[in-house]
Amino acid sequence: MAVLLIAEVTNGELAMDATAKALTAAKALGDVTVLAAGAHAASAGEAAAKLDGVAKVLVAEDASLGHRLAEATAALIAGLADDYEHIVAPATTDAKNVMPRVAALLDVMVISDVSGVVDGSTFERPIYAGNAVQTVKSSDAKKVVTIRTSTFDAAGEGGAASVDTVPVGDNPGLSEWVEDKVAESDRPELTSAGVVVSGGRGVGSEEDFHLIEKLADKLGAAVGASRAAVDSGYAPNDWQVGQTGKVVAPDLYIAVGISGAIQHLAGMKDSKVIVAINKDEEAPIFQVADYGLVADLFTAVPELTEKLD
Amino acid sequence: MKVLVPVKRVIDYNVKVRVKADGSGVDLANVKMSMNPFDEIAVEEAIRLKEAGKAEEVIAVSIGVKQAQETLRTALAMGADRAILVVAADDVHTDIEPLAVAKILKAVIDEEQPGLVLCGKQAIDNDMNATGQMLSALLGWSQATFASKLDIEGDHALVTREVDGGLQTIKVKMPTIVSVDLRLNEPRYASLPNIMKAKKKPLDEKTAADYGVDVTPRLEIVKTEEPPARAAGI
Ligand SMILES: Cc1cc2nc3c(=O)[nH]c(=O)nc-3n(C[C@H](O)[C@H](O)[C@H](O)COP(=O)(O)OP(=O)(O)OC[C@H]3O[C@@H](n4cnc5c(N)ncnc54)[C@H](O)[C@@H]3O)c2cc1C
Ligand SMILES: Cc1cc2nc3c(=O)[nH]c(=O)nc-3n(C[C@H](O)[C@H](O)[C@H](O)COP(=O)(O)OP(=O)(O)OC[C@H]3O[C@@H](n4cnc5c(N)ncnc54)[C@H](O)[C@@H]3O)c2cc1C
Repeated sequence: MAVLLIAEVTNGELAMDATAKALTAAKALGDVTVLAAGAHAASAGEAAAKLDGVAKVLVAEDASLGHRLAEATAALIAGLADDYEHIVAPATTDAKNVMPRVAALLDVMVISDVSGVVDGSTFERPIYAGNAVQTVKSSDAKKVVTIRTSTFDAAGEGGAASVDTVPVGDNPGLSEWVEDKVAESDRPELTSAGVVVSGGRGVGSEEDFHLIEKLADKLGAAVGASRAAVDSGYAPNDWQVGQTGKVVAPDLYIAVGISGAIQHLAGMKDSKVIVAINKDEEAPIFQVADYGLVADLFTAVPELTEKLD
Repeated sequence: MKVLVPVKRVIDYNVKVRVKADGSGVDLANVKMSMNPFDEIAVEEAIRLKEAGKAEEVIAVSIGVKQAQETLRTALAMGADRAILVVAADDVHTDIEPLAVAKILKAVIDEEQPGLVLCGKQAIDNDMNATGQMLSALLGWSQATFASKLDIEGDHALVTREVDGGLQTIKVKMPTIVSVDLRLNEPRYASLPNIMKAKKKPLDEKTAADYGVDVTPRLEIVKTEEPPARAAGI
């Protein structure tokens, strides 16, 4: 059975981690063709061709596909759908924007944020902020699926798939890109980092959030935040971890000044080791933490950062 | 311009969800239900557009069981002008899939001709994050998901979206569908006089059959389980 995997393409380059993890899930469903679409997508296509288990790569380049504008991208994918039984993408914000639109164009349900593949039509997905896991069986002829990447290992390299280009239809002209405000950072990407240090409302201010960032930089970690920290302006929105933010599963997650609301736990409870620093010993975060430190973060974090020298 | 706001009745976000022992689902009998938090933000934004003179009428729509009336009354008490309830299920444990919800909403939109639809980015029960995008596809309209800022300027809207790398601003042609994120605004509480007034506002009741939409699910729920427990401490 044939699978069309939508590569995550950011500014013309392949987002390797997200694509390779979704590929692992896609391989369980059949022969995988990867679609790299964008204003520039050729080099992303070349990179995808080297992934192990990719049978074929399609490249679609057109200005209308830049910045993954939903209308043009969904029309392209729906136009290619005839040849595939599964259309799969990593559950990034780009794919969450596009894939439900693809599904509706094909008159099928979308199956979002899949955390397990049981068989070609049966999938597991978390619901209620991860408080329950539902197994659903699709009766649709085509399955449009987004993959929760934190639960799959990345496919390796070593492939040598052929690369073809595909024509792009007319631009529906419904939307246009205006600007991106993307923070430049040398830190690892939040969803693929091995170590994440997150700060919550307890950190108290944007200035003091540098304590979190310093500790993260010592550990070569990505920086995360609770929603309360983001809403209070201590940290940018793309650092938010949780039900409505990013889902992470690093080897080590350090939660500092975070109480542990279920909506936050939804984004990090699959981390291998969880460390919590909180001055309130009753904080619910300690119920999921492997190591808990009841301490004032303003003494504990600088001390820890220093000891790591 | 009319603004249409789809609002969903969901388990209150403060309630600890209990999975039924027989794996048939989540226990929703006798638990507190509320308006989906994202939809409160959508209602608030619609009312602000009306207050700013950019919208004439705000219509709240809910699809589900009869009890979703309460959710619509909440929207009316916040300031929506009228409401439409589309009854599509009898059992509180039956949920209508986004594709069917989108088809019903499309039929309502064909009748009401709104210039803008403001919906939540996801429902906190199923976390599907799909209805707005599906509706937009069915209508052939533009879409702007995960909005944290919305400016309507004549025949287009400027929308700032919360995306993985940060923020993206796009310009979409009206009519459009905007799905709202948490930081768009801070929803108001309904005052007691407004709650009283809301009881007299019009609430039309329809059924899925009135719109000729088949709500048979495409996804069969095989089972619902507790996630593997995480043991604290090493
Ligand atoms: C629909 C919806 C979606 C949501 N999605 C998310 C989401 O994706 N992610 C998310 O994180 N939240 C989300 N939330 C919000 C969530 O419910 C909580 O409000 C939020 O996670 C709380 O953040 P916090 O732990 O930083 O703040 P608080 O709950 O205020 O906790 C602060 C903690 O810091 C500790 N502290 C204070 N000072 C110090 C000190 N000096 N030293 C050490 N510890 C200290 C306190 O003891 C306390 O435990 C969502 C809510 C809703 C309704
Ligand atoms: C107890 C329970 C039983 C279920 N039973 C079944 C079953 O038997 N078969 C099956 O296939 N699936 C079933 N489901 C799953 C369910 O049908 C879908 O997974 C679900 O509809 C996903 O959509 P969402 O609510 O997450 O919508 P999202 O797309 O996340 O919602 C986004 C926005 O769309 C709008 N919206 C969504 N729904 C409505 C609505 N009803 N009215 C008005 N506006 C709305 C709101 O503005 C909302 O913020 C069940 C789910 C539960 C909780």
